[in-house]
Amino acid sequence: MSTVLIIFCILAAVTLASAFMTIFTKNPIHSAIYLVICFFSIAGHYLLFNAQFLALVHIIVYSGAIMILMLFTLMLMNLNKEDEVHKPRITRLGAVVSFLLIISVLIAIFIQTKPIVGPYDTTGEDYQSIKVLGQVLLDQDNGFMVAFEFASILLLVAMIGAVLLSKKEKSSK
Amino acid sequence: MDSAIILEKGIFIVIIFAITMLMAMYSTLAERKVAAWLQDRIGPNRAGKGGLLQPLADGLKLFSKEEFLPDTPNKFLFVVGPAISMSVALMTSAVIPWGDKLHLFGRDIILQATDIDVALLYVFGVLSVGVYGIMIGGWASNNKFSLMSAMRAASQMISYEVAMGLAIIALIMMTGTLSLREISAQQSGMNWNIFYQPVGFVIFLICSFAETNRTPFDLAECEAELIGGYHTEYSSMRMGFYLFAEYASMFISSTILAVLYLGAYNYPGMSWAVENWGVNIANVIGIFVLFAKICFFIFFFMWVRWTIPRFRYDQLMRLGWQMLIPLAIANIVVTGIVILLFDN
Repeated sequence: MSTVLIIFCILAAVTLASAFMTIFTKNPIHSAIYLVICFFSIAGHYLLFNAQFLALVHIIVYSGAIMILMLFTLMLMNLNKEDEVHKPRITRLGAVVSFLLIISVLIAIFIQTKPIVGPYDTTGEDYQSIKVLGQVLLDQDNGFMVAFEFASILLLVAMIGAVLLSKKEKSSK
Repeated sequence: MDSAIILEKGIFIVIIFAITMLMAMYSTLAERKVAAWLQDRIGPNRAGKGGLLQPLADGLKLFSKEEFLPDTPNKFLFVVGPAISMSVALMTSAVIPWGDKLHLFGRDIILQATDIDVALLYVFGVLSVGVYGIMIGGWASNNKFSLMSAMRAASQMISYEVAMGLAIIALIMMTGTLSLREISAQQSGMNWNIFYQPVGFVIFLICSFAETNRTPFDLAECEAELIGGYHTEYSSMRMGFYLFAEYASMFISSTILAVLYLGAYNYPGMSWAVENWGVNIANVIGIFVLFAKICFFIFFFMWVRWTIPRFRYDQLMRLGWQMLIPLAIANIVVTGIVILLFDN
């Protein structure tokens, strides 16, 4: 077995184990910490592909996000009661349906995507470097400029929505 | 050839590690000496000549103290907390260019442990992990005051990371690269970034005070309100690790400030020195220049600590979110306009 394969096996085991533990732990803080470990091992997978930029952005974005998740857990949840919250059946049904929708979108993505690493393989250029990534992502003619901007607007809307929701809750209390 | 590179990098990493530890150790002494100087006292002067062995004595004291575990259900996390803080504080030095290069044994030795082209992102990644040490330790202590303090520290660090990142974006727009090596090479002579990005520099400086939990942002440690801080329940060397990590990250913050804004190892007349005195001498001077800049910033950190009182919590949040972030965004806009007008 090559070293890369061994590292991959260890990383994959850690990723899966920590992902399972995230769901099955009763304690919300422990669950958040398992989630951090899970994301770190995913970043490790990116590093195996030599995708340094992706790995580091993954760590910055997700580790910061989970920190905030942890803070919210501590501030908003009653940690003494470790019992499950009972959601109405319609909410559960909604969750299942949206999960299935996401799965179908993901499957479509995996089937449809065409890897465009071919030309870079022949020229020997490092297609994981930020220069090439930036070109591919933000090039005005044949890049994903418009999609990129739409995604950022979507994120902005989500952020404003979150602020709005938390404000409403405050005034009703 | 391959093994030679591994050997070279290995030796280099060990040296960097030793220097970081040494700097952190002597920062503790320097802090007390500077405090004494500012308050017209003498400071520690018993251990060694003029107190030079004081850090060793402190370390010995911390090691020989009783290790005490509080009654917590999270013993593992309690132990992991200071370990994360300490290792994260030491990790950043891997991407710092300590000098340009040396020419030894017939080969060029690059004075940097690793030159990844996303070095700046690496620094930020490590920074964002650093919060976990404090948060996990404070939570695992099973003490409400520790938890309060850890929450303060975490929310402060997260808030100021935003402004810090925005300040850096303006710099990246100018340099056009994320590699710290290229950024320092661009600042040759007196072409330092501080002259082009004064606002960004000030924002970054303020944010690094917040990131290292130093006064005036040391709300995480407060005897009157919180008994001690997130390390209230810690004793012996675990406590020492938390304190030590603060000094190590202060050293690293000073280094990043010096590399990004104060021209790294560059000094006026470096190219002349390379021509006339050779690469080696010029670069050894460069390393000393870099360390002089770092020492200045460490002194600055201490100077501020013993001069300015601490903020109130709401003042801290208002400064971060309502002043620094808009200022940083304005800085980005102005930088963009200037680049568009004058660079094309």
